[in-house]
Amino acid sequence: MAGNRKTLRLWILWAVLSLVALAAAAAVMAYGGPRHLFLIGKTTDAHHQMELACDSCHTSWFGGREAIEEACLNCHTDDLAAMDDSHPAKKFRDPRNAERLELLDATKCLSCHVEHNEDVTQQMSVTLPEDYCSACHQEIAEERPSHEGYGFETCGNAGCHNFHDNRALYEDFLEKHVAEDWLKRYPRMRFADPAITKQLLTNGTVATTSPVSAQGERIIPDAPAGINPDAHVMEEWVQSAHGVAEVNCSGCHQPKGATASSIDSWIEKPGIAQCATCHQNEADRFVKGKHGMRLADDMVVEHDGLWGLFKKELLSPMRPELARLPMKQEAAHIDLTCTTCHSAHAFDIKKAKVEACATCHNDEHTQAYFQSQHYELWKQESNGTAPEGSGVACATCHMPKLETKTSQGIKRWIADHNQSANLHPNEVMGREVCMDCHGMSFTIDALADRDLISKNFKGRPSVHVESLDWVETRMRERGDRP
Amino acid sequence: MRWKIKACALLPLTALVAACGSGAETEQAASGGIEPQIFADSLHAVMASDRAVYTKRVVNRLQNDEGVIKASEHFEDDKALPLPAQMFRFGAEAVAEKTDKFSYQLLSLWPINKQNAPTTDLEKEGLQFIIDNPGENFYGEEELGGTTYFTAVYADPAVAPACVTCHNDHKDTPKSDFKLGDTMGGVVIRVPVS
Repeated sequence: MAGNRKTLRLWILWAVLSLVALAAAAAVMAYGGPRHLFLIGKTTDAHHQMELACDSCHTSWFGGREAIEEACLNCHTDDLAAMDDSHPAKKFRDPRNAERLELLDATKCLSCHVEHNEDVTQQMSVTLPEDYCSACHQEIAEERPSHEGYGFETCGNAGCHNFHDNRALYEDFLEKHVAEDWLKRYPRMRFADPAITKQLLTNGTVATTSPVSAQGERIIPDAPAGINPDAHVMEEWVQSAHGVAEVNCSGCHQPKGATASSIDSWIEKPGIAQCATCHQNEADRFVKGKHGMRLADDMVVEHDGLWGLFKKELLSPMRPELARLPMKQEAAHIDLTCTTCHSAHAFDIKKAKVEACATCHNDEHTQAYFQSQHYELWKQESNGTAPEGSGVACATCHMPKLETKTSQGIKRWIADHNQSANLHPNEVMGREVCMDCHGMSFTIDALADRDLISKNFKGRPSVHVESLDWVETRMRERGDRP
Repeated sequence: MRWKIKACALLPLTALVAACGSGAETEQAASGGIEPQIFADSLHAVMASDRAVYTKRVVNRLQNDEGVIKASEHFEDDKALPLPAQMFRFGAEAVAEKTDKFSYQLLSLWPINKQNAPTTDLEKEGLQFIIDNPGENFYGEEELGGTTYFTAVYADPAVAPACVTCHNDHKDTPKSDFKLGDTMGGVVIRVPVS
């Protein structure tokens, strides 16, 4: 009998401990805490920064794959549309694709991209075998004899095709540019076209006035009494684009609609929300990229709950110590916000384009930049000995100034603050930036040469993308090229 | 089962609106309401009319007659008009995002884009039928992905010189001797019936 009672007590203890453990696990999943314990595998480079904001992808406990699909599209729909997605889900919805969808359901993100699956994750976060194109394109060699003998694993990794974004690789585009020399006659960025520069000046989006008001007097700062900025702060502000455009203290340090003279509403360190009141597009794009995604809406690591045991907490801004790329140790703890690169008050664009990047980044590509021809050109532009748009700063390529339609439907040349956008695939950068100065063939070969990228393009490409030859061959066969 | 009947007269737009205005009405097709054939014919009446209007009054006029602007497959890069076939496909894709009560495609036995070649046996049969029997439509049933569809195939003729010149001159065309009025392909409309 005593033995039975002891066994019963042990069972009860086991049951109670199990229930407590289950409750604790449920609380962590629902509210927060050591959520890293629940990561079922290494997160991809694309998402690792937000891996503890579990609900940003797992939006519903019982929503299954559909809920995750919806979360994918919440973040990626706009970019897919902007890249003129070659395989949009809508293309596969007609019933004649039923057989194809049985082989590969191309209407679902999760068919190709499964998170927390390090062992099978390849470039572009693809978790399918590399020959996935074979599901639908078995007859490609009949249509294009040049493809005979090539395995389907080469479609996407030889510089020829991408599943989603082929804006720089479609045949007619290649044909149009295939004859270009490696360096164009007047190598300058598109935004610096004299006609466009004139347009910018007319729109008042670049500095056009001296740092004094229209009345010829210095701007009177409108900070409330009790706020006494240092002299250097005042000097930096007056000489900055903000000072020139007469954006006063209250423009950044007071919320919209607040009385400038009210110290109660004074914001000591304005964040992205304040910047976004004027720079909405830049802010929107910033939180889409790796620099800013932790500041996107709803990046919650802990929710209010359980009678105050859990308090709502958002992800902190990105810090170099959290990055997977090599970063400088001394920069490890820097919070990455707008003013990290632009600095408060001075808002020196030139510094933001090179120095700010090198403050944190310490990889081979970044280090090699300072020995590159691109950097030489940038120094010449910076010191005024070369025209605008002729230099190549870090931001020239990674945050290019693009003609962008704003939320008001107006086209403007705006620096894309999603610095990850043109890297995946990198031919996008080729089309958006490199080809302003370089010929298409040289560009595509250079971007396919990983070694050359590491050396920051010091030298010539040692890789050649064969499909460029195929394009020329087809043109010759038609008599469109000598 | 196969239905092969003479092309019916184009129905007024109001008939189409009545036919496809709501999913509930479409469901009547399976329960003795609007016949799938009438439903498909009505849809095609609108599709063919819109397609002809865009081809003749926009593309052919501005590109071929007045030389104001070109139509291009890469219309965004080339700052040009979308091709009539693209306009048609964009509409089909937009519809596919709104409803699964019907779907439609523009296919051909001589497609420039090989993805627009027929894939099912019924598509192949239907496209051949409309070429062999000018002025007639093709109707049939087929099962795809576990669903039975009423499938109708309608001739897509070259309605303007722009159709002929673009297709005959395209580098990927498998046929370069089209003439005005020739059937270049077919519109395939599917209505799920079970």
